[in-house]
Amino acid sequence: MKMIRTAGPALTGRDPFTAKRIRIKLLTRSALVIRMTILMLALLTLLGFLTFNYQGVNFFKGVAATLSNFKVIFIQPAFAHVTFQGAIGELLITLSLGILTTLLGAVIALFLSLFAAKNLSNRMTSNIVKELVAIIRAVPTVLWVLIFAVSAGLGSVAAVIGMSFHSISYLTKAYSESFEEMDRGTIEALEGCGASWWQIVWQAVIPSSLTSMISWTFIRFEVNFGVAVAMGAAAGAGGIGYDMFMDSSYYYNLHEMGAIAYFILIVAMILEYGSVKIKDKIRA
Amino acid sequence: MKHDLLYRKKAQSLVILLILVVIAYLAMIITQFNIFQSLVSIPKAIVWSVTNFYPNASALTKIPDIWSRLQETLLISIAAASVASVFAFVFALFGSRVTEVNRILALISRFVANVFRNIDVSIWALVLLFSFGQSSLTGYFALFVASFGFLTRAFMETIDEVGADSVEALRATGASYASIVFQAVLPMSVPQLISWVLFMIETNIRSATLVGILTGSGIGFIFDLYYKGMDYHSASLVVLSIVLSILITEWISNYVRRAML
Repeated sequence: MKMIRTAGPALTGRDPFTAKRIRIKLLTRSALVIRMTILMLALLTLLGFLTFNYQGVNFFKGVAATLSNFKVIFIQPAFAHVTFQGAIGELLITLSLGILTTLLGAVIALFLSLFAAKNLSNRMTSNIVKELVAIIRAVPTVLWVLIFAVSAGLGSVAAVIGMSFHSISYLTKAYSESFEEMDRGTIEALEGCGASWWQIVWQAVIPSSLTSMISWTFIRFEVNFGVAVAMGAAAGAGGIGYDMFMDSSYYYNLHEMGAIAYFILIVAMILEYGSVKIKDKIRA
Repeated sequence: MKHDLLYRKKAQSLVILLILVVIAYLAMIITQFNIFQSLVSIPKAIVWSVTNFYPNASALTKIPDIWSRLQETLLISIAAASVASVFAFVFALFGSRVTEVNRILALISRFVANVFRNIDVSIWALVLLFSFGQSSLTGYFALFVASFGFLTRAFMETIDEVGADSVEALRATGASYASIVFQAVLPMSVPQLISWVLFMIETNIRSATLVGILTGSGIGFIFDLYYKGMDYHSASLVVLSIVLSILITEWISNYVRRAML
């Protein structure tokens, strides 16, 4: 912390009453960075609004139309192309996509995270795995799915594999961080007893971080449900997202979009409730 | 006795493992996921990407096009997160246990944030497509709504964590609501809030690709264009540009975070 101006009146030897006002707020490096960041964000936002491609859309008319669309969606939901049972089936497909992706991601991430944790592997391996995982995360999920769809065809195979990349990346980071939190002494004690690396991992490391691993996995499942909805819409992965996409782009049916939106909302809220409960339990 | 405990523990974990396997199996049946097909598809995808998915000379001529779309996407992501953060802060103030004005307002703001957060950004994009068409505004509003929902919850938690004691102390001195907010809550939580906004910008750039594909705007649109036209060399260049911009954003926000805290 560097202070730009620190001299108070008492130190300068002048009469305290005629001296300048004491600066209460000091311009530290962190305060400077905060101001610069806010200024940059504001400028870029302004630049964005000035250069947006509006295509002749009237802002206020658009907002008014959106509000009336919302009214239709939330107040008058109705099924047309899908039945109630059909929608539940589609919802099950989306949930299953989320489950498969999470489980696949969790299994692979478990092994990767052992190499990513600094206290279990060496520095170089750990850095390589962590960099790799960061690059995987930089490619948006929809692009992974579409890239896989070229060779595997659109469908659940491309969707699950493509969606797993981000789960692997996210869970590797989460797991390895909870491994790194572990007490160094435990590992040293086991090493001293002559335990092998795998014994240390299975008997000490994983049992002691199991609760936080489970909570991270469930949080990822919650995320994956949303991703599965989106992939159904954008990458033809099937499930409830695809119905939503058809209603929006081909049937122009706001009522059915409303019904589907309620379905998704309810499931998402249940999942969120579950993950909040699990988080509370682990924190306590 | 001890042996019994170990045995029971082992049996318990075996049962949990079995349940997980059954769930996975059911999920595979429901989604018609074929494990052999997927194992075959991974090497196939790798071979395909090495032979087809790299930028070539003709793709490089499209850099100006890609750059202008990328710029639009980046600005949309930043604008959505920044404007949403202002609204989110107000809602978080009303919704937080520490700074709530009254019970009903708190419940309303929490409920609004909950609904906005739990509807995926892709769905917002599809809904907004009706009224804003294929303009940047569709993408902007979709990201704005999603950012708003997420940031409100994140800000609420931050205020709860940071504010409790100092707000109580100020209240005891008889400070007004405005001075509590602007002299205590805001200054104390600002680094954390900015950190969340930066995180949101990163997330927005990722979702912007998805939203762009759905609504026909920004970087997602140009990727979709090349992808559907089977111009995979240009599409790979788009992916590369997205990856670079996300890594750079991540790097900048990490730098800012370290400098702030």
